[in-house]
Amino acid sequence: MSAIIKFTLDDQEVTAAPGETIWDISKRLGTTIPHLCHRDEPGYRADANCRACMVEIKGERVLAPSCRREPTEGMTVTTTSERATKSRNMVLELLLADQPDRQQAHDPDSLLWKWMDNANLSTSRFAAETAVPDADTTHNAMAVNLDACIHCNLCVRACREVQVNDVIGMAHRGSHSKIIFDFGDPMGDSTCVACGECVQVCPTGALMPSVVLDDQQVHTGKADRHVHSLCPYCGVGCQMTYHIKDDKIQHVDGRAGPSNENRLCVKGRYGFDYISHPHRLSKPLVRRDDAPKDPKEKLDPLNPYTHFREATWEEALDKAGSGFASIRDRDGYQALAGFGSAKGSNEEAYLVQKLVRQGFGTNNVDHCTRLCHASSVAALMEGINSGAVSAPFAAAKDADCIIVIGARPNQNHPVAASFIKNAAKRGATLIVMDPRGQGLTRHATHMLQFKAGSDVALLNAMIHTIIEEGLTDVQFVQGYTEGFDDIKEGVKDFSPEKMSKVCGIDAETIRTVARTYATAERSIIFWGMGISQHVHGTDNARCLIALSLITGQVGRPGTGLHPLRGQNNVQGASDAGLIPMFYPDYKLVTNDNPRTTYEDHWGKELDRERGLTVVEIMDAVHNDQIKGIYVMGENPAMSDPDAGHARQALAKLEHLVVQDIFLTETAMLADVILPASAFAEKTGTFTNTNRQVQLGRQVVSPPGDARQDWWIIQEIANRIGLNWSYTHPKDVFAEMRLTMHSLNGITWERLEREDVVTYPCDSEDQPGHDVIFSDGFPTATGRAKLVPTTLIPPDETPDDAYPIILTTGRVLEHWHTGAMTRRSDVLNGQEPEPFASLNPFQMGQLGIGPGDTIRVESRRGSVNLKARADRDIPDGMVFIPFCYHEAAANLLTNPQLDPVGKIPEFKFCAVKVEPIKSAQDAAE
Amino acid sequence: MTAKPKNRMARRSSFHPKGRQIDDQAAAEISALLGDQPRRRDLLIEHLHLIQDRFKHISAAHLAALASEMKMSMAEVYEVATFYHHFDVVKEGESTPPQLTIRVCDGIACEMKGAQALIAELGKSTGADVRVIPAPCVGACDHAPVAVVGQRQIHHATTKTVSDAALSGNITAEIPAYSNYDHYLADGGYKLWKDCLDGRHERAEVISKVRESGLRGLGGAGFPTGTKWGFLDNTPKPRLLAINADEGEPGTFKDRYVIDSDPHRLLEGALLAAWAVEAEEIYIYLRDEYPQSRVILQNEIGRLQKEEMTDGIKLHLRRGAGAYICGEESAMLESIEGKRGLPRNRPPFPAQKGLFGRPTLINNVETMYWIRAIVENDAGWYQEQGRPHFYSVSGRVNTPGVILAPAGISVRQLIEDHCGGMEVGHQFHAYLPGGASGGVLPADKGDLPLDFGSLDEHGCFIGSSAVVVFSEQDNIRDICRNLLHFFEDESCGQCTPCRVGCEKLLTLIDAPAWDKDLINDLSDTMRDASICGLGQAAANPVLSAIRFFGDDLS
Repeated sequence: MSAIIKFTLDDQEVTAAPGETIWDISKRLGTTIPHLCHRDEPGYRADANCRACMVEIKGERVLAPSCRREPTEGMTVTTTSERATKSRNMVLELLLADQPDRQQAHDPDSLLWKWMDNANLSTSRFAAETAVPDADTTHNAMAVNLDACIHCNLCVRACREVQVNDVIGMAHRGSHSKIIFDFGDPMGDSTCVACGECVQVCPTGALMPSVVLDDQQVHTGKADRHVHSLCPYCGVGCQMTYHIKDDKIQHVDGRAGPSNENRLCVKGRYGFDYISHPHRLSKPLVRRDDAPKDPKEKLDPLNPYTHFREATWEEALDKAGSGFASIRDRDGYQALAGFGSAKGSNEEAYLVQKLVRQGFGTNNVDHCTRLCHASSVAALMEGINSGAVSAPFAAAKDADCIIVIGARPNQNHPVAASFIKNAAKRGATLIVMDPRGQGLTRHATHMLQFKAGSDVALLNAMIHTIIEEGLTDVQFVQGYTEGFDDIKEGVKDFSPEKMSKVCGIDAETIRTVARTYATAERSIIFWGMGISQHVHGTDNARCLIALSLITGQVGRPGTGLHPLRGQNNVQGASDAGLIPMFYPDYKLVTNDNPRTTYEDHWGKELDRERGLTVVEIMDAVHNDQIKGIYVMGENPAMSDPDAGHARQALAKLEHLVVQDIFLTETAMLADVILPASAFAEKTGTFTNTNRQVQLGRQVVSPPGDARQDWWIIQEIANRIGLNWSYTHPKDVFAEMRLTMHSLNGITWERLEREDVVTYPCDSEDQPGHDVIFSDGFPTATGRAKLVPTTLIPPDETPDDAYPIILTTGRVLEHWHTGAMTRRSDVLNGQEPEPFASLNPFQMGQLGIGPGDTIRVESRRGSVNLKARADRDIPDGMVFIPFCYHEAAANLLTNPQLDPVGKIPEFKFCAVKVEPIKSAQDAAE
Repeated sequence: MTAKPKNRMARRSSFHPKGRQIDDQAAAEISALLGDQPRRRDLLIEHLHLIQDRFKHISAAHLAALASEMKMSMAEVYEVATFYHHFDVVKEGESTPPQLTIRVCDGIACEMKGAQALIAELGKSTGADVRVIPAPCVGACDHAPVAVVGQRQIHHATTKTVSDAALSGNITAEIPAYSNYDHYLADGGYKLWKDCLDGRHERAEVISKVRESGLRGLGGAGFPTGTKWGFLDNTPKPRLLAINADEGEPGTFKDRYVIDSDPHRLLEGALLAAWAVEAEEIYIYLRDEYPQSRVILQNEIGRLQKEEMTDGIKLHLRRGAGAYICGEESAMLESIEGKRGLPRNRPPFPAQKGLFGRPTLINNVETMYWIRAIVENDAGWYQEQGRPHFYSVSGRVNTPGVILAPAGISVRQLIEDHCGGMEVGHQFHAYLPGGASGGVLPADKGDLPLDFGSLDEHGCFIGSSAVVVFSEQDNIRDICRNLLHFFEDESCGQCTPCRVGCEKLLTLIDAPAWDKDLINDLSDTMRDASICGLGQAAANPVLSAIRFFGDDLS
């Protein structure tokens, strides 16, 4: 790049860095030039269409837009000349002519009005346009009032260039130009995914969150305070600002966190209202003596008093603690288990595992990572001794080739998906591998819709190609890996030509994709549950690890392995030791070394055996081994495979304590229910999928008598013989730092100051390392291990009785089991009822029309729900989201486990699908 | 404002994924229609033409299927389809347009010859299967008034001749007699081109000859051509050449004349230019109003390729779709890329970052026309000839048409020496020296030389040398309204001064007494702050009227 540029700005000699615009420089020097279409934030290109920022450049015939214009050496720029000022004000006056009256404004404090005030403009000399567009209130989250639109195009850039949802456009031309959704459709009928980026950037109030407008589309008043915190949903870990009015969250905005750069998705932006849902638990409850546990019974979350009665905290905690103590003292520590939550903070996760290990005395502690990425973590630990991502998802920015396999980030990690789509738009090769079509398909260079469950065949054929064609990175393989010969031998029989029949992708495509990945300068792999939730999930992940290792596509910017973590704190909860085989930082419980350290710290002899995992714990209940379970913020009655079996186990327990914010399907079977705090009601640290440790700050108070989770855990601990005395989550964090190397350089105070620090981090005054493994792997030898794999078919393949493959997953609007999002007005309004997606052609064959009620039945159960026609679904498959308690997909799923990762095969089982012809059918 | 009551409704249906679904039959039709053509985004407008030509409109079902076929979003195709006047997008539940469309030109030359009356009469006399709509200048001002039935131009149109044409079913464009490849070759054509390829000329020599000839861009801006070619020096390859054949300035029809009479002179010029600046591909962007020119160019380019005459340079003919703004060079680039025709901010200039982000030379049709003669003749020849070029003369003269004359000729000379004088009963009163945007001058300024820069002090310019002559029977207010209406209609809508400015200015000049201060203030900002020449020049006729025709206004 060229050197520093010297030029004159308003009679001052100033310097500019290459790429800096006149607007940037002026702002840096303390003057913000008026701007409407220009948004000074990452991802927004200056478009220079509003012409409110014009400046005069000596020697040029016309004025220049300062937001876009870069100075050149010796240029003389005047921002304050009469000519420039007059022009800028005239632009504002032209726009003002067609604005709604400020007293009736959708946003009287908009950027537009700010600049009108700045120019002392309150009236325009021009007549208003006569045709005023009507309000579009068809969407349940956002109101469109184009009477305030100034055609600045920011919403188009937001939708197309930043979030890349491509719903908004500018149609027609001239004074007829109009912001449109799809084909000029009402917003609520369009393909809009409600990320709300357009609302966040609109400078006039033409696009607003509906909740801040009254029935006449007039603003109802500003928030009175705001708090910077995080989104409670997925592993992306978006930073956001909560705006609070009268102690209620009014709306939220995205913040410039490293993982989201101001972006949010529909869940983060509009899904905050669940915390004030009438179902919220606000008093401790204990089971009534006359209310036996029935695993098939559904309680009314609004009225738990059919089965529970209110209790004081004292009584409830005494009952919770004494129940565990008496089982432990009677049947031994192996009769107890605890589930923590990847929705809780790092401090809460640490406390739950400490309670179970120190207080219960067992390693029977687990959480939902078992159901998500356990197999990925198992393969990563085995191969490179680190379960975390090697690079943040923003590494897509630097990548030349991106593989997304078994992941649907458009739905499940929408903000991460936006960075992948940004990369594809920039020209990176995007390879999507998924049995179902999906939101990334349109952006993909190659879309490989392979046969469900044939991942290993496809991936080994790629490895085969790379080795056979000599495309490996020989130096990397020699320097940083071991077991290459095993892999080479292992994939011998996996030629693309042979595997083509197995996976349904033609050999030449497999070869092309393999070559592209191997030979690109920088390639990165993203994966999700489509890889992990199989009986061969660990093998799937082993293949991906091998792909990156043999080609040296790891450890450099734009390369790496990135399992997209699901929950907002699944990385942190795992790091904090909420896993039956590991202490914090993945120290094996069966090794003496870490155990004695913890025994010293915790003053107690600890369990020497690896504990049981989620599904194993349910089996152990059926086998009469486990009698008491503590569940903090999890919902195994919905999330476990073969949920009927899990519910029977929960009902059978002698003592079940559930700490949650709602009467979940699990809580319905509890003996004691402890009302806890929601995300926005607590302070703590959370670690996202990028290894970024971030501070979540309390936004509002918990309702009624609900309490902080760390306090509840401590109260239980102190009732089973422990003596804890934490006064704040930061005390817990300080204790974690004593034994957790991963928190080096990350202090509470630093997080309060900086909001986020990535680990690993060398010291308190250094940023953390985004990309790791640049110089070998954290194994004993410094080498990564290549592990060959074989073909293992899915456990339950279709047959004549059950001819269709069921796959499960999520929808954009609902989180996990739906406990939060089904209780959010906007989110539930968007996807209000259970459905099963099938290909329209297949529906025709089955005699099913869109919207018909159908029955989907497996060997384990059946559900009735509506059929949705979706061209993304291949023939022979049905997809059911698992968030609907009314038709819980997990009543059907197969609990068969991956032998290594112990993860169930949620992504594949056999079902039959039938239309329901009569009401009697439906009732059966 | 008229807010409807708030309606927090849930999604309308969970029977499908969000939004409009793809219709299987429409998808099959689109797939068949596109055949083996590439699905690249830059071909969007070409593909939209295929649908419009085939079905006479573009249904939402077809548009959605096209989006899916091209891996584009619905908004991306819809915003392009609705930007261009020649696409009729029909949403679900809307009625389709009649099979036949008659476009009556309401450009200034046709308007003064009774276009409005013709529109009104035709509207009454034609049936429901025909639609009569006004259209901006179709580039046949020398035959005003003009109606276009389907694609067939009816000159000196009357209700009868237009209705007869509509009934006859003969609605394809008439191909004029022109100098084809064989004629052109026989006349010494492509000798220079072959000489260049054979090494008898150096690139630098050709560029310097063009520079020294004094040839200036004849699309309107008048930028020295050789200098422009020089800008490509040292830019990264591949480089591209784009030929602007989107002649849309009202009153201009000389590029049509060039293509429809001597297309190979354009093509040889373009090849020479591409060779000189080492451009690998040539894009010719032709306005959709010239279907006969499209046929000619398609045939002759095909012939050139068949004869393997292009030395590996690829020639692409791209079709506009009814948007004046796409004659603005950077808007043209956007349109060639398949997008809405929005002019780009400069810098960067096309020579640095033009078509598809590549260094691009952009030249006008007529500019290319002169290249062969300039390079073939001795240095100084073009200067000695008086830097001749074509003037499009229309309006109240006896023999309007394309006039070849030296630079600096006056309008009075054009009228008297080349156009047979004024029409009987009309006295020379005013004229447009440069189409709709070049301002209006009174008859007492009729002896000014018409050349680049020569009218600056009068607030006017010659632009593409489109001279429209008015008599005392033509009302200056009406002329201003016609021209302003044109600009308001053709503004791309991108920047505030032009989008809102044109609309407000049109309102201001409708007032019985003009608010001259406000008009002047607004005009200043339109000129100073608009992105492109359209907005910068749109107020020119009004400013001229204030300056020269105060009496006519009061």
